[in-house]
Amino acid sequence: MTEHSEAEESIVGAVRSDWESVFGEVPRPALELRAVKAAYGKIQVLHGIDLVVPAGRVVVLLGPNGAGKSTTLKVASGQLPPSAGSLLIAGRLMNWVSPSALARVGVCTIPEGRGVFPNLTVRDNLRMATYAGASMRDVEATTYERFPRLGERRRQLAGTMSGGEQQMLAMARALTTDPAVLLLDELSMGLAPQIVEELYEQVAKIAALGVSILIVEQFAQTVMGVADAVGLMLSGRMVKVGRPQDLEDDLSRAYLGAEV
Amino acid sequence: MNVHDFVEFTVFGLTAGGIFFVSASGLVVTYATTGVFNFAHGAIGMMAAFLYWQLTVESGWPALLVVVLIVVVIAPLFGLLIERLLIRGLYGASLATTLVVTVGLLVGLIGIAGEIWEPQRRVVSPFFKDGGFELFGIGFFQGGGSDLFGVPVTWHRAITFFIAVAVAVGLRILLYNTRIGTTMRATVDDRDLVALNGARPAWAGAAAWALGASLAALAGILLASAFSSLDIIVITLLVVDAYAAAVVGRLRSLPMTFLGAMILGLLVNYTVGYLPFAFADDRLPRYLQALPSAIPAIMLFVVLLLLPQARLRGSRLISASKVKVASLRSSLLGGVLLVAAALLVVQFASTDNLFELGKGLGLALVVLSLLPLTGYAGQVSLGQLAFAGVGAWAMVEFGDTSPWLGLLMAVAITAAVGAIVSLPALRLDGLYLALMTLAFAVFMEVLIFRLESILGPDSNLVPRLDLPGLNMDSQGTYFVFMAVVYALLAIGILAMRRAAFGRRLIAMRDSPAACATLGMSTNRTKLLVFTMSAAIAGLGGAVYWGFQGTVTAVEFTMVASLVVLLLAVIGGVSTASGALLGGLFFAIVTIISQEIPELDWLPAIAPAVVGISLARNPDGAVAEIAARLRDQFLGRRTKADGDGEHDPLTDLDATLPLGADLTPVQIEALDRELAIEEVSVGSR
Ligand SMILES: Nc1ncnc2c1ncn2[C@@H]1O[C@H](COP(=O)(O)OP(=O)(O)OP(=O)(O)O)[C@@H](O)[C@H]1O
Ligand SMILES: [Mg+2]
Repeated sequence: MTEHSEAEESIVGAVRSDWESVFGEVPRPALELRAVKAAYGKIQVLHGIDLVVPAGRVVVLLGPNGAGKSTTLKVASGQLPPSAGSLLIAGRLMNWVSPSALARVGVCTIPEGRGVFPNLTVRDNLRMATYAGASMRDVEATTYERFPRLGERRRQLAGTMSGGEQQMLAMARALTTDPAVLLLDELSMGLAPQIVEELYEQVAKIAALGVSILIVEQFAQTVMGVADAVGLMLSGRMVKVGRPQDLEDDLSRAYLGAEV
Repeated sequence: MNVHDFVEFTVFGLTAGGIFFVSASGLVVTYATTGVFNFAHGAIGMMAAFLYWQLTVESGWPALLVVVLIVVVIAPLFGLLIERLLIRGLYGASLATTLVVTVGLLVGLIGIAGEIWEPQRRVVSPFFKDGGFELFGIGFFQGGGSDLFGVPVTWHRAITFFIAVAVAVGLRILLYNTRIGTTMRATVDDRDLVALNGARPAWAGAAAWALGASLAALAGILLASAFSSLDIIVITLLVVDAYAAAVVGRLRSLPMTFLGAMILGLLVNYTVGYLPFAFADDRLPRYLQALPSAIPAIMLFVVLLLLPQARLRGSRLISASKVKVASLRSSLLGGVLLVAAALLVVQFASTDNLFELGKGLGLALVVLSLLPLTGYAGQVSLGQLAFAGVGAWAMVEFGDTSPWLGLLMAVAITAAVGAIVSLPALRLDGLYLALMTLAFAVFMEVLIFRLESILGPDSNLVPRLDLPGLNMDSQGTYFVFMAVVYALLAIGILAMRRAAFGRRLIAMRDSPAACATLGMSTNRTKLLVFTMSAAIAGLGGAVYWGFQGTVTAVEFTMVASLVVLLLAVIGGVSTASGALLGGLFFAIVTIISQEIPELDWLPAIAPAVVGISLARNPDGAVAEIAARLRDQFLGRRTKADGDGEHDPLTDLDATLPLGADLTPVQIEALDRELAIEEVSVGSR
């Protein structure tokens, strides 16, 4: 019934103990996936993923196109219920909890592409961020302080801003709503290196506040500076887990397409 | 011509414009938020108007109380119910599906209203006709209203206009200055992102439908007193007229909609007022008396011509029909089987039943015209019966000389009319084509078919084709002849589907953007398929009404035209046999209602109910039943992953089933146990 062969099935990949060898014992991680499988319709995409993001730590998921990184994030944000396994947030089972409910208990997700409403003004986009609990006044004040450029453009439609400005607006939600868990999917996509650096400075600031962060990226360099641990994904499996410095060899091999 | 007249027509026009706006704004709000165009909007307004009559006139309740009860309580609840039961499942569905659901609702509500409120004279008086009321010693709405250049502006008119302005301002504030309004607009942009922000997109949709239904009801009530007697169809159509205003705002902009509504209101009333002066004795010739009621349709036509080209949207995933295209051999076999079945029916059916079955078969010919258009090209027409009517008229007009000339003209004229009707909407989204065809159906119904020189008020004899060696005057022979026509048409359409043109239609349906990139002209393809579909409907009409023997103008109502689409969906819009099943369904329902008098409501309501429930399945009843049987006998397949593969969760109650096996109730219990109060369970 599933797409993959018996031989592939036998690859176990990284398990919880691999994460514990990086972080030590984590009784109640902020975010945890246990043996998660996920499918779009009948096509299974995740074949049993273990993932641990301890409170206040930054975990980066790397992997080539189609590895299942975004799908993993969709499971974590509640957009795609796992077909098997469990999603735990702060040690509580969250399978089948809706994404909007998760967002309201403090899971902030910035999805792939631009996480903004293109036909809404900057201000209206910020208004949407208030569902996570913060007041409109606080959201606006913090945003315009961190990103003065957004303050100048508060009446502009988000879709008419540059890619970098849009991504700043998306990040503003993460900055102002004081989330417990932050999920970021390819912040750097299509942006100039300098902008990406600026954005990741903000990510580092958020991390410093003790927010647990899961970052998905295609390419390693930009995020290695902020990562506490790295998970390498390949065709729906977590093939390798480790500290950033331990994984450099595996990474280059993975992107060249060799076996890990 | 004088100032008094001008002021009078203007006051009437602004009042009418106000009602058009109230109605159109409801359409805009629901469409902009949920992406579903509510064709049943007019029917909701109609139901509200009748309920208002029922409660104020029949039960004697105070008007103000009833208005509040209907507009603030009943209509919003009804809107919520519709959203929950019918609309919520439609997100991401194809245009045809979303159209069929609300069209079905429109037809169903009209049918239900017809059952509840039998035709009789019903009069609703305007607000504060006999003076207003006193509150704290201050008189409100006393006297008959005010005077403007000697024109009495009744309280009703003044109130209507101010309600329109208040609705405009209120909606503006709601949509732009409140969080729920912002959420409604955000939902259009990106539903998933709305959820990721922590808002509930389903609530935004529900709010929009509640608001939309409330505005439709308000429009219906404001309209009610304008008539000497309430009429189900007239009120429904008047609320429908607001489409033209909503299209001026491209179904999004409220200020433009307001402008469109006022222009429409003034246009209609200036026409009513000034047109007679153009003729001797200031009397409108009979053939122009219906012109004002056709103005919204004409305005829609013009506005669509002027709208700029729509941006091509990227393709969205639509679940393609699983029906295989029949090969030449199997379509020939199907044709032979159909004709054989027809021969058997002629042998065994009673005269009455043969007549009904024949009408069903004739209707099937018209329904078949939707196969290339909707089934293959994914475009929707709501005016196929009007095309059939043109075909029937051509047969009456030219068939006297020679029935073959009549048939030829039926095909040629409907093809030309079809091309003209579809032209303004080709560049636009498929919804606009559907609106255009609806406007066409209304235009033909109120203005053209009733003309003395077309079908007129009486019934017309329709000649039958003559074939050498056959007695076509016999009902049985003609019945078999219709079956042969159906078989030939179906075989022809299927052959076209297998050819390059057919593949182009499918490609256009699946991804118009990709087609444009490949240099394929989707506009020309659309024009061709629409023209072809109109011609088939015209041919079907000429043959069908030949069977009936006579044709009258009143047969070509907009509602009947909508039923054609529902029948196509019921039978299956993507198969050649679907139209036949749809026609047969109608014939059988009619026969049942004749046999069992208690079920006389069946033909008015059954197509709507069955159509709505099948809308999501492009393959129609047969495919649905087959799928159910397969599930029944072969056992339903489980989800992509088997059960029992979960890891044990050591820190949770191990007796609870995990993951996908959990019911929402169990999750809620779990959350409570773990003291997570805010978390509610997703409803997927
Ligand atoms: N909505 C969908 N429907 C069906 N299949 C999908 C869907 N989204 C993703 N997939 C498939 O799931 C697999 C994993 O996709 P995913 O988006 O998770 O990869 P990714 O690692 O994020 O890749 P990228 O780096 O390109 O973003 C791919 O093979 C993709 O084709
Ligand atoms: Mg991705």
